[in-house]
Formats: sequence, C-alpha cells, structure tokens
Amino acid sequence: MSRSFTSAATVEEALAAIDLGARPVAGGTDLVVGARQGKAPLPDAIVAIDRIDGLTGIRNDGGAIVLGALVTHEALVADATVRQRLTALADACAIVGSHATRAQGTIGGNVMNASPAMDTGGPLLCLDAAVTLRSQAGERTLGLAELWAGPGQTTASPNELLTAVGIPVPAAGTGSCYVRLEYRRQMEIAVVGATAVLTVVDGAVTDARIAITALAPTIRRVPGAEAALVGTDGGAAAIAAAATATAEASTPISDVRGSAGYRSAMAEVIARRAIAGALTRAGGGSVEIPASQATFGDPGSGR
Amino acid sequence: MKISATLRVNGTSYPVELDPHVSLLRAVRDELGLTGSKEGCDDSECGACMMLLDGKPVNSCSYLALQAEGRDVTTIEGLAGDEEVGPLQRAFLQQFGVQCGFCTPGMLISATALLRANPDPSDEEIKIGLSGNLCRCTGYDGIVKAVRQAAAGGVPPLGQPPTHADATPPHHAG
Repeated sequence: MSRSFTSAATVEEALAAIDLGARPVAGGTDLVVGARQGKAPLPDAIVAIDRIDGLTGIRNDGGAIVLGALVTHEALVADATVRQRLTALADACAIVGSHATRAQGTIGGNVMNASPAMDTGGPLLCLDAAVTLRSQAGERTLGLAELWAGPGQTTASPNELLTAVGIPVPAAGTGSCYVRLEYRRQMEIAVVGATAVLTVVDGAVTDARIAITALAPTIRRVPGAEAALVGTDGGAAAIAAAATATAEASTPISDVRGSAGYRSAMAEVIARRAIAGALTRAGGGSVEIPASQATFGDPGSGR
Repeated sequence: MKISATLRVNGTSYPVELDPHVSLLRAVRDELGLTGSKEGCDDSECGACMMLLDGKPVNSCSYLALQAEGRDVTTIEGLAGDEEVGPLQRAFLQQFGVQCGFCTPGMLISATALLRANPDPSDEEIKIGLSGNLCRCTGYDGIVKAVRQAAAGGVPPLGQPPTHADATPPHHAG
C-alpha cells in the first residue's frame, strides 16, 4: 500500500479517513517517537487532526470541565481552572516529557497511548474523567477504567477518535495531588507514581481516590487505600495505612528504570507524599506545582 | 508517493515534494539545505533538532514534515534576523556556552522559547527550560550563564572583552 497523508479540517473528515484505515496524528510525540524506537512502524495512511478547531480548548460547561482532544500539556498546566480545581492534573502535565513535548503533545493522544506510566492517567482516573469517542456510526462516552485494557491497549475501535475528555467539577473541600518518583527532572517517565484526590469536610475525609502509576499493567485505583482514608481525620496513622495498602496492591515489573521490589518499596513512599499533598491542598494550604518537586526532600515527608 | 507541500522556514516559503513519513528535521536539512539543526538521538531525547513551530518548541526529528505546512518554522538560521549573530548567540560565545557546538543550535532555540515565555527566568527556570537539550561538553554552566546574560540584556558585540563578572575563561592547567 502506498503511503498517504491528509490533514483533516473537521472531525467528520477525520472520521471518514479513519474509517478507511488512516491513523490519526496530532503532536506526534508518541506516534512518531514510537516508530523511531521500533515499537510500531509509522502507519501507511496518516490523517493529521491537529488543525481541527472543534477539538481545541478547555471549557467549563457548569457541571464538568471539558478538555478538547487537542489541548496540550502546556495549555493545561497554564490554565487557572485546571490548577485550582484539577491540581493533580496540573502536577502531571507540568512534568510530561520536556517543554517541547508539553508544547506539542495532546491530552487525547496521551490518553489513547494508554501507557501504564503516563503521568496524566492517575489524575484523570481519580478525577472521574470520561472520554468521548466518535466514529461515523455515532458517539459514546467511556470511563477510563473501561478504556484502558493493558499496556498500550484500549477498548476503542480502530475507527473511533477521542474527541474530548470530560471531568466533573470536584466537590468543595477537595484537594488533589500527583507525585512521581523520577531520576531526572525532564524527559523522564514515572518510575513509580501515585495520585490522591481527597475531600475533607469538617476535618474528616469524606471521599478518597487513590491511583497507582507504573505499578500495574494499567493505571488503576486502589480501593484498600481509599477505604483506609475515608472516615478518618487524615492523620499519620491513616496515611500510613493507605500507603501500605497502595504498596500491597502494586504488581510492578522489573525493567531498566527499576526492579519490581524497588518499585513496590517506593510505592509506599510516593503514595504517602501524594496523600499528604492532597490533604494540604484540601485544607486550603499550598503545595507547589509540580508536587513531585515540591515534596522531594521535604522534611515533612519523613525523608 | 510523494506529496507536494510548501514549508515556510525562517520567513521563506519553500516548495517541496515529501514522502509522508519524512520528519521535519530531514526535510529542512535534506530538501532545504538548512543544516544548522542537528540529528542526535532521532527520538526526542536530546533536543539537538529543536525548532520553533508557530513559536513553540518542537523536536523536529519526531514531527512529520507535512504537518508543518502552513505553519511558521524557525531554525537556528533564522534566529538572528538580519544580524550575523544575535545577543543570545553572542552571550553563548562570550560565556563559553559552546564547545563542540553540536547541541548549540537546539540550545539556542530552547533558550529563545524560554525567554519569550519568561523574559526574566531564575537559574532554576533556565535549567528546567533547557533540560530537553543534552550537552556532553560544557557541563551546562556556561550555557546557563549565557541565558542569564541574554535575559539581563546589554550583551556586547563580538570582539570586545566580556563585561560579565562570570565570564572568565576556564583555567587550563599545564
């Protein structure tokens, strides 16, 4: 098959091309880099979706914050609503790749790449994000737990295009935080990551979502850690119990970035930092974005 | 099959015929003959290929050239405008931010993007802004000083003694 390239002006044009077998490209930071690294050759038929106006922008439709598929990490971390209400997502977007990755890489591509180490995944999962998938046959909305099927695998059909990511506006009193273990500041992938989204009312944790990153075949919630926090005052004992539960729920692999044993041990430390960061933010306190760097070496973390 | 396109690089429009898989870097180097941008790792790790795409940094080795049609591409050749070298480039020379020079075009592009977004960066912000660019020679110190000097302004012309307090040449024993 000879190679082809088209640039779609509308979602409909993109869907028509995808239906004929073309693969979409936006920022190229996963598709092209993956081809360079030998993961998968570049597709013969490519449809560029980076100029589709209908896929841009961040809007607040009242109940939900809706991110167009083409919103870049750079735009997310600069957005005041994201920083204030979806702070864990800002933590993640601030440390994805390098400044060039963040300027070109899109949230839609990031989600569909389905890496178990992706920084934005834990925040999106804990914040209850749902993706809109469109095809020529119609449209459906799917939670991330239903979308991610394994490393690099989704349940989306090849003829579906992610068009938007919707995130319910968190309840008052909610703080969120994403922390990763990293060996360097940029061009890094999480060795281990943890997300905490906690709602605190009158000093009691009323809702808790904890997720692990690079610790299982997909990014996933940790119900045991959440149960260890709900109904408590978020004190040291509750944090320790939740962090232990996080480590116990981890099933990491060994690879060049860390052994399974090291990852499991660090899961506890990173979970503790993420929970502490989310509690501070829930209480109106300030933790620098990105939290990974704020909490590193913080005496309050016990390290 | 090759596809006809027009690439606008440093303000000049170039008609080209490109295979859909050709990267922006290969197109600019091989088709346009602008060889200032370098290929280091070819997978977005090293930053030697950094260009600006509508003012935003891009690892051009990992960006499809055809996607750049209709956008403004800036390479190292376009940084100084009508000058031979601009103030940022002079600062790199004067602060010893260049040794072998292979990373320098990408460093200058990243530093340009940084200074446009943040005209008065702290040293920490400079380091983060340049951390998508790897340098094997300088130890980065001269590069950070150069960006700081360019941000402060008043970089003297070439051929004059450096005025910056930090701009003493490294001491070479023996």
